Amino acid sequence: MKLGHWIVAALAFLFGRRQKHNAEEVAEELADDGGRGPEDRDPETGRLVPPGSPDRAAENVVLLLLVLAMLAGAGFIVVYAMYKAPVLPNELLGICMGVALVSIGAALTIVGKRLVVTEELEEDYPTADPEEQAKIVETVRDSGSRFTRKRLLLTAGAGAGGALGLAALTPVLSLGPIWDTAPLERTPWYRGRRIVDDKGRPIAAADIEQKTFYDGFAEGWSKEDLSSLLIIIRLDPSELHLPAGRSGWAPRGILAYSKICTHAGCAIELYRKPTFPTVEPEPAFVCPCHYSTFNPADGAQVIFGPAGRPLPQLPVMIDGAGNLRSAGNFSARVGPSWWGVRFRPSTEHE
Amino acid sequence: MAVRDPLADPVRFIDERTAAAPLLRKSLRYLFPDHWSFLLGEVALYCFVVLIATGTYLALFYDPSNAHTVYHGAYAPLDGRPMSGAYYSVLNLSLSTQAGLLMRQTHHWAADVFIAAMVVHLMRVFFTGAFRKPRELTWLIGLGLLTISLLEGYLGYSLIDDLLSGIGLAIGYGVGLSIPIIGGPVIQGIFGAPFPGKTEFFSRMYIMHVFILPALLATLIAVHLALIALRHHTQFKESKRTTQKRIVGAPMFPAQMPRSLGLMFLVAGLLFLLGGLVQINPIWQWGPFEPWLSENGAQPDWYLGWLIGALRLMPSFDVTVGNYTLIPNPFWGGVVFPGFVFTLLGAFPWIERKLSGDRRVHNLADRPRDAPNRTAFGVMLLSWVFLIFMFGAADRILVLWGLSYNIQLNLFRVGIWLVPGILFFVTRRWCMALQAADRLEHTREQAEERMRERMRAPATRS
Repeated sequence: MKLGHWIVAALAFLFGRRQKHNAEEVAEELADDGGRGPEDRDPETGRLVPPGSPDRAAENVVLLLLVLAMLAGAGFIVVYAMYKAPVLPNELLGICMGVALVSIGAALTIVGKRLVVTEELEEDYPTADPEEQAKIVETVRDSGSRFTRKRLLLTAGAGAGGALGLAALTPVLSLGPIWDTAPLERTPWYRGRRIVDDKGRPIAAADIEQKTFYDGFAEGWSKEDLSSLLIIIRLDPSELHLPAGRSGWAPRGILAYSKICTHAGCAIELYRKPTFPTVEPEPAFVCPCHYSTFNPADGAQVIFGPAGRPLPQLPVMIDGAGNLRSAGNFSARVGPSWWGVRFRPSTEHE
Repeated sequence: MAVRDPLADPVRFIDERTAAAPLLRKSLRYLFPDHWSFLLGEVALYCFVVLIATGTYLALFYDPSNAHTVYHGAYAPLDGRPMSGAYYSVLNLSLSTQAGLLMRQTHHWAADVFIAAMVVHLMRVFFTGAFRKPRELTWLIGLGLLTISLLEGYLGYSLIDDLLSGIGLAIGYGVGLSIPIIGGPVIQGIFGAPFPGKTEFFSRMYIMHVFILPALLATLIAVHLALIALRHHTQFKESKRTTQKRIVGAPMFPAQMPRSLGLMFLVAGLLFLLGGLVQINPIWQWGPFEPWLSENGAQPDWYLGWLIGALRLMPSFDVTVGNYTLIPNPFWGGVVFPGFVFTLLGAFPWIERKLSGDRRVHNLADRPRDAPNRTAFGVMLLSWVFLIFMFGAADRILVLWGLSYNIQLNLFRVGIWLVPGILFFVTRRWCMALQAADRLEHTREQAEERMRERMRAPATRS
């Protein structure tokens, strides 16, 4: 990598300046009179490409670079053959391939700047041609002279093309089912469904401690279903200010919320507890994607960041064995917001 | 009896079968104006070549499957972890396949440099006014190329299915859902089911990434180049000979071809050196993606930084009527913001025509100072996008320098409007001052020339 940079820097230093001098000299020589076009012969020598003086030093550098490229190319093959997994010589392979390519690139640059004949030619910019335009229009117009009902035929043609185009696009609808957005609203939760951990084991209410969070899943359900995923914490019941109608949703202060951020669908993976009174007065869920922050004590209202609505809350109950179960469905629809989402209550899978 | 000639014989062979000699000769002598900034587009083109070559190699080993497997491979820390077939195959490609990691890292670097070169090329074309008549179509196709490349890059790293790329897909899902009215059906169509989608979803991403979008890019690149060739490059006013009507430059052959091919090899060489020596996206460290996992400090590839910045900068609200969501929040940062920037850029040639009343053909490129209003507007737009991009890294700034995220949020919410506004007027004044300096310089040169003539005149007479 360093070597490549040095070569490029050296090239820029050596040839950048010289090029400019050439351009100035040529410009002075051909000051005002028209100048040679790209397909003209050179007025002095009569050649299509005028002769120039040889540059053996540049040729030597090119030769050297090509030999270097050869060696590096061969080196790549040797390195490839010498090592076997699990020891892979990624760096050596990269150096060999890189040096081979950079050497050839440098050689070609020197050929272009120092060894081939340098010409500065000129020609007219191409321009629009109104006569040709008129002829195209005339050709197309005159070609239709035998039609008697041109407009009707064109309309019919457009209709046929449009119908065929729509027909060709119709199979795309199979991608969805596009019109069935009900799956976005279903959840596996109903009163009595057990909440389990990532290994499928029941979660005992007594094991839920304060100042940390637990992942929860619907028992017997795919862990990849966003509506199955819970974040579970425990707060002191005296700290809770849940919205009206949610009394009994958090027995012994155990709260379960959807783990999926209502902003863009990332998993809430940060729990801010303990808190630092002057800066962070409340425990909070934080989504690491765009830092939407929710207050679990008051029904996961948004207290910071771009999210537009609270996390859906799942009512929890504790069964006879002391394990966590859901006491119903989510308070709102799970996942990132979309058209009409607030209006639609979650529905159960069944 | 024809004498064997290694040059003339093939030329005759081809011309006798194609009658293309006049066309070939014309192409050999096609003129290129000589200026370094005209090479930026070529750098992007050659990155594309490297992307096709390395990407084809990667496709020989990649498995577009999100079926569940359990890892038992070369990387011990992940042994026994459940993961998708896609992530498994990329781990094997990176850690157990000779030259696999070199190709993958070179591919990733090439993608980052590809889009960077396109953006700098776009800036060059904008600030020199090279988008003006007759080159508006070339400009529009260039913007199309950039848009498709952003999507292509996003799909490329999403295919790996590591934790980082999975978070990116989740955000894409959220942004897609946020489109009013059609969001739900569009996302159901693409993913086939709620996130993380049906098994077919990976095949859909894969065919988009390796066939549909590259084919589209290649076609648009061909049209872009054909349009340039038909109208020729713009040129700077460097001497009396460079005018609106006459182009001055070096011919494709012999001067330009070795230089351009040389640039191709240099670009490819530097990308391979980067791929070999500078680690990028060490996917084995992120681990497999699961929908219930995410990580702090996640950052996308640089070219999506402006979108994450916009998503983070938006104040908290969904547009609602009563209990009915109309426009969810990610729509503003993820759809409206990039849509606005690209629409504005696309319409700019016509906006400028309308405002300046200048409908002429322009073959001479402006220097930025020659068009103070355009340059000032460009700086304003660029700084606006750049500041939003910077805010995407606010969490990194917090970690690096301890500057509170909340303070940064408030600073940027004001700064993204204030700074571009100030820069507009500063740039405009600056351009005008440079113009004034140019005029002064010109007057002084003329005066000096007159003085020299006067000094010389008596000397020659005596």
